[in-house]
Amino acid sequence: MPMKIGTENFKERVDSGIQNDFMRAAVSGAQERLHGRRLAAAEELGNWEEWRSHGEEIRQHVLENLDYYLDQLAENVVKLGGHVFFAETAEDANTYIKEVIQKKNGKKVVKSKSMVTEEINLNAALEEVGCEVLETDLGEYILQIDEHDPPSHIVAPALHKNKEQIRDVFKEKLGYTKTENPDELTAHVREILREKFLHADIGITGCNFAVAETGSISLVTNEGNADLVTSLPKTQITVMGMERVVPTYEELEVLVSLLTRSAVGQRLTSYITVLTGPKQVHEVDGPEEFHLVIVDNGRSKILGTEFQSVLQCIRCAACVNVCPVYRHVGGHAYGSIYSGPIGAVLSPLLGGYEDYKELPYASSLCAACTDACPVKIPLHELLLRHRQVIVEKEGKAPISEKLAMKAFGLGAASPMLYKFGSKIAPSAMSPFTTGTSISKGPGPLKAWTESREFPAPNKERFRDWFKSRDKEGEKS
Amino acid sequence: MKVTLFSTCLVDMFQSNVGKATVEVLERLGCVIDFPESQVCCGQPAYNSGYVNEAKEPMKRMIETFKDAEYIVTPSGSCAAMFKEYPHVFKGDEKWEQKAISIAERTYELSQFIVDVLKIEDVGARLEGTAAYHTSCHMTRLLHVTDAPFTLLKHVKGLEVVPLPGAHNCCGFGGTFSVKMGQISEQMVDEKVMSISGTKADYLIGGDAGCLINIGGRIERKGMPIKSMHLAEVLNSR
Ligand code: SF4
Repeated sequence: MPMKIGTENFKERVDSGIQNDFMRAAVSGAQERLHGRRLAAAEELGNWEEWRSHGEEIRQHVLENLDYYLDQLAENVVKLGGHVFFAETAEDANTYIKEVIQKKNGKKVVKSKSMVTEEINLNAALEEVGCEVLETDLGEYILQIDEHDPPSHIVAPALHKNKEQIRDVFKEKLGYTKTENPDELTAHVREILREKFLHADIGITGCNFAVAETGSISLVTNEGNADLVTSLPKTQITVMGMERVVPTYEELEVLVSLLTRSAVGQRLTSYITVLTGPKQVHEVDGPEEFHLVIVDNGRSKILGTEFQSVLQCIRCAACVNVCPVYRHVGGHAYGSIYSGPIGAVLSPLLGGYEDYKELPYASSLCAACTDACPVKIPLHELLLRHRQVIVEKEGKAPISEKLAMKAFGLGAASPMLYKFGSKIAPSAMSPFTTGTSISKGPGPLKAWTESREFPAPNKERFRDWFKSRDKEGEKS
Repeated sequence: MKVTLFSTCLVDMFQSNVGKATVEVLERLGCVIDFPESQVCCGQPAYNSGYVNEAKEPMKRMIETFKDAEYIVTPSGSCAAMFKEYPHVFKGDEKWEQKAISIAERTYELSQFIVDVLKIEDVGARLEGTAAYHTSCHMTRLLHVTDAPFTLLKHVKGLEVVPLPGAHNCCGFGGTFSVKMGQISEQMVDEKVMSISGTKADYLIGGDAGCLINIGGRIERKGMPIKSMHLAEVLNSR
């Protein structure tokens, strides 16, 4: 799956999202469950705001010193006998990974969940050279067998499907005969996957955080599939976004605490695995060969800009889980594997404004995302910055809007013009007014009045009332 | 105490009752109200659409208008938050940054002013019935005013405030968002109205005219028997 998903335009995607009742019920149900759990998990720590500030500090410190920590990380991985590759583009990353696999004569690849491999479209690249690639995260697996349905959520990729729909996919694709009971569904997949794990020759993982000081990578999961991916195949390839590094275990602990609580409202997930290099002589398990692929793919261009803070992201999806827009349109409407507020900020940066120019506007700027973010990324402010870039630098705003805003600047700045405009408003709107409200508005008001009444301007403005009252006061 | 009123353009043009109520409540609490005629719009519609340069003109006008005010009070969480944003907008601008900081420091949303500055919790209001209160996003998340409206409403005689499910969800107003993304906005306001109607409340109360026009407009379109009222109007009911 490349970062961009689907071929429909923004409006069509929003339409199909809004009309998809199953998806909307699944998403709003999940949001409500996760909301309560996240708040409880944060509350339990006692001083959540301090934790957030600490998390923000760590991430900012790393980004300010990214070259240093990446160097240290690479050096330590190599010391342990691993291989490190810095990939500037998605293509570079895919080419390197293909070469590693071909050298090993690898055919059967098992993967644990990773957004960055989705971003670079790794599966397609590997399938092209004849590999059989299997997703082993349950959500990813469901999507893979369902004709590569794109992920709609960065933590729970199949969030848009309910259990009945999953049962039907299993029936059709796997000859499944049991019920929609999640335990039965999971048990069925487990049977299939166990077999595949045993015969895999390459394991590919993502990376939640890499620890520079020790050359380790960490994986945070609830299913334990990542542990099989990293212990059964002889060769392990880990792909990470270049910003996902921490200095030491101490910072790892803080960020993992923030991650699990924010993502799923858990103190810890069922499995938190830290892996350090390939199997050493005194060790009993682990891969014989270990490759770490560090992906740039547009990230270094964000460093040093007003958007740098987006790289603080630890992909917890707390922002997605509180977003009211996401709630109604679902993940696919964003047209990117990165959906919700983080997707609306990140997708235009990684994929360009041409494809993603609507996303920064698909927000009421309610700031629920900013409030939820465990590393304090000012998401709604970054959306505003995008709007500013679109208007000022990209020139992608409609002409009519530009003219209106010019007029706004002039009109609103001049008390005289402002007063005049607001005074004539009632008569200008009178053809559309019945009683005290407008049911069918002209121009931009049309979009409003399709679903709501709009109030008619008051005949006596507040300022007129205040003035006349002052005068009366003077008289008496 | 002298209060300089920042009415906001929505109140000035569409909700003059809210402006009147604000004046009357504050006067009853012993304030003397000044309303500078040169006030215009705070610039938020342009600013939030990405037209930062266009927005700066009205912002400068507002800074000039309010530069000598002791307390700037406005019946809107969102517009107060916009004033608080001015220092950010004029950061590094020698001529305007200090002035922007200075007016931001003296700006209060109505309920915040009554509770935190006047130190009054009971304004002597009376309104019979049950109400759902809409916690507007900019008031709570940008201005961080969360308790003051509830403190004041608790003391309104005859009024019972009922919990509103999904209170943290935005009503879908978002200024230009409501027309630019009309379809998404409709889904959001519809969900909000359904949760309000589920509480069987007689009133929907809020502290931001924008949200009230949005939610109230949907309530009216659906013909529901719920009356929307601004916090200022509630506090002015006797
Ligand atoms: S932006 Fe913040 S809340 Fe959203 S996924 Fe990233 S870390 Fe989590």
